[in-house]
Amino acid sequence: MYSNKVTRLVLGLNGLRATSVGTVVQRAAAPRGLSWTSVCRERTQRLRVRGTRSASQSTVDSSEVRRFRLLASKWWDEDGEFAALHAMNDLRVPFVRDNLLTVHRARHPGKPLAGLRVLDVGCGGGLLSEPLGRLGANVLGIDPVEESIRIAQLHSSHDPDLRDRVSYRACTLEELSGEGEGEGEPGAAQFDAVVASEVVEHLADLETFALCCSHDLKPGGSLFITTINKTKLSYALAIVVAEQLLRIVPRGTHDWEKFISPEELERLLESNGFTVQSVQGMMYSPLSGAWSWTDSTAINYALHAVKEGHGLEDSSSYPEEHTKTTHS
Amino acid sequence: MHKITKAPLPLCGLARCFLIEKHLPSVNVVRKRQFCSGNGGDLGKNEVYDVIISGGGMVGSTMACSLGMDPNLADKKILLLEAGNKKVMDKVPDTYSTRVSSISPGSATLLSGIGAWEHITEMRCKPYKRMQVWDACSDALITFDKEDLENEMAYIVENDIVVVSITRQLDTLSDNVQVKYRSKVVKYTWPMPHHAAESVPWVQVTLANGETLQTKLLIGADGPNSMVRQELGIPTVKWNYDQSAVVAALHLSEPTENNVAWQRFLPTGPIAMLPLSDTHSSLVWSTSHRLAEELLELDEESFVDAINSAFWSSENHSELIETAGSLFRGALSAIMPSAGSPRQLPPSVAGIGPKSRVMFPLGMGHASEYVRHRVVLIGDAAHRVHPLAGQGANLGFGDVACLTQLLSQAAFNGKDLGAIQHLLEYETERQRHNLPMMAAIDLMKRLYSTDVAPAVLLRTFGLQATNMLPTLKVSSLFGSQPTWTSPPQHQPPANP
Repeated sequence: MYSNKVTRLVLGLNGLRATSVGTVVQRAAAPRGLSWTSVCRERTQRLRVRGTRSASQSTVDSSEVRRFRLLASKWWDEDGEFAALHAMNDLRVPFVRDNLLTVHRARHPGKPLAGLRVLDVGCGGGLLSEPLGRLGANVLGIDPVEESIRIAQLHSSHDPDLRDRVSYRACTLEELSGEGEGEGEPGAAQFDAVVASEVVEHLADLETFALCCSHDLKPGGSLFITTINKTKLSYALAIVVAEQLLRIVPRGTHDWEKFISPEELERLLESNGFTVQSVQGMMYSPLSGAWSWTDSTAINYALHAVKEGHGLEDSSSYPEEHTKTTHS
Repeated sequence: MHKITKAPLPLCGLARCFLIEKHLPSVNVVRKRQFCSGNGGDLGKNEVYDVIISGGGMVGSTMACSLGMDPNLADKKILLLEAGNKKVMDKVPDTYSTRVSSISPGSATLLSGIGAWEHITEMRCKPYKRMQVWDACSDALITFDKEDLENEMAYIVENDIVVVSITRQLDTLSDNVQVKYRSKVVKYTWPMPHHAAESVPWVQVTLANGETLQTKLLIGADGPNSMVRQELGIPTVKWNYDQSAVVAALHLSEPTENNVAWQRFLPTGPIAMLPLSDTHSSLVWSTSHRLAEELLELDEESFVDAINSAFWSSENHSELIETAGSLFRGALSAIMPSAGSPRQLPPSVAGIGPKSRVMFPLGMGHASEYVRHRVVLIGDAAHRVHPLAGQGANLGFGDVACLTQLLSQAAFNGKDLGAIQHLLEYETERQRHNLPMMAAIDLMKRLYSTDVAPAVLLRTFGLQATNMLPTLKVSSLFGSQPTWTSPPQHQPPANP
């Protein structure tokens, strides 16, 4: 039972998003040292094919719809395979909310994040996009897996509160960042926050990821990352227990080499114009099915970084108004 | 008595096992029903409420008010459905209503938080500082005091006044809390637990006028015969009493301070006198159906005599118990000379309010589950206690406080208000509180609905010892909140 839950957790954390952002970024392995725009342009061209395909799929055939329904019930089944991700909202939503609230004043009591634009990278079924939208943020969720995006759209379409606030697009981070280049404004520096939860452990090229995040963020904007550390313990849980001992996850689902330690991630971000504000360990209890904060970052951790820049006068305002800055 | 106090815990455990076992078979039935419902017609066209509360009684309207005033729920659309008319009161009526509630300080705090308590104190309520419970078969007694006699132990308030006061507060919340009076629900349609593509993911409420409303969370506050609970098929454990309560407004023979609540255990059931003013009290007399009918038939004078004799007579005393009791008391006071409260005598009754005599059957029930996907039960819909326990309203207000806090937190965490996770927290927290209370009341019944000597002796010693030990008293059955308890006639629960 215990180990079963552990593996489900690891599966939940690593299996899910493996399909999402990683694939495309991997493909678009960027030659380092190229300028950002040229990287993006190259990728935009490469990915345009995908874009047109997704556009032509707006008229769905019924066999696919049936499959999406099955998938939808999985994404949104709080007790199912994604249980650990659902449960993680108890930590990551307050983490995002409180760190944003220390920077931005909450103007509307029931909607603390009203007026903020948030990009959820690798949103999957929208598990994190929806709560952020309910808090008043304008959320754009992107995920290269079109099925997931459609499920996310379907799920949020029922809720009038989310309909206007949360939107989804089947695209990659590079595609999104590349878009603005031609037409000027909208692509660059439009988001107050970028969230990449349980995503970066699947990326081949973190350098480009950091570059794109920085490009999309307003100066002083926040980047939130939750991921899994590169330690012996995480190897034991994710690879040995989940894949080799219990074989619940097919061998090769996880690539431990892609896991990243907080120190390494911090270095990477700082070299891309971010200041890391806080790193906080997270722990999942398979028995209670709940997450809690911990001092140890040995397995899972959350990181908050701020894009440096002259927009920081925004961030200096009203930090004293907010009581909950606990996780920073 | 102090031994009894430890019993509720294991009993509670037993009750849980029992409940779990009980509800398992019915789950499948319910699931089936859920799956055939909920294929949506006009989805998305109707407005979706965040919360619909079904039932605008004391508990339901407090729930609406409490949610409407919570800052984290400021933008939520809340709807209260009430089948009856809007209750307004231009001035306090001269006569006292027979339906009263004992409001604990905790409940008063909740009502004060929503601004209704101010109206209640302006209109009419009577605090009491002391409660005396004693036995008809011996003179053993227990008193519950607020130590300093400065603060109130609880308040007796007429139900009408509570509802009117909350209604006034609801009127100030018209921005986010809507109230539909005279609206009768004819049908609930439940969503599937994890919604599929085309079904409506919300609870749909169909009203008698044909209107269909959608909500993310339905709160069932529709009383002991809750339609929400029945439609969900939630199994309910019921105790059937062979008892009825006779209630009346009493005139006292002379004005007194009247700040003590009295209850005497007769072999047929407890009789209680609750203060309403210096000259008025409220009678709650639970007894057999036959006796209750007889009491209703009596002319006013004989009825008043019957009340007085029920409080004063010593016909049920036996010599053995008397002697043993006084020896025991003597021994106790030798050990602790200053402890124990003296016995006081209740005021005598001179008359009753015009047409105020009413009788109603008593029952008790407990829903084995308080929550389902997007649905939660509060108040009597979840747990009906004996009216004489005086805790019916307080347990309901406790539900309101707990649920408000959890929903507020859920909203601040961006959660779907109807998500089962925090609803389950509510269920756990409230059942942990409610079940021991109900078990305790049941134990009281077993001890007090008999005049067999060993049981009488046991409770005599128990009461006396407990009365001597202030700390025990506080941790006694009722916690720090004394209750009006009645001996329910226990029968094995009828429906599986």
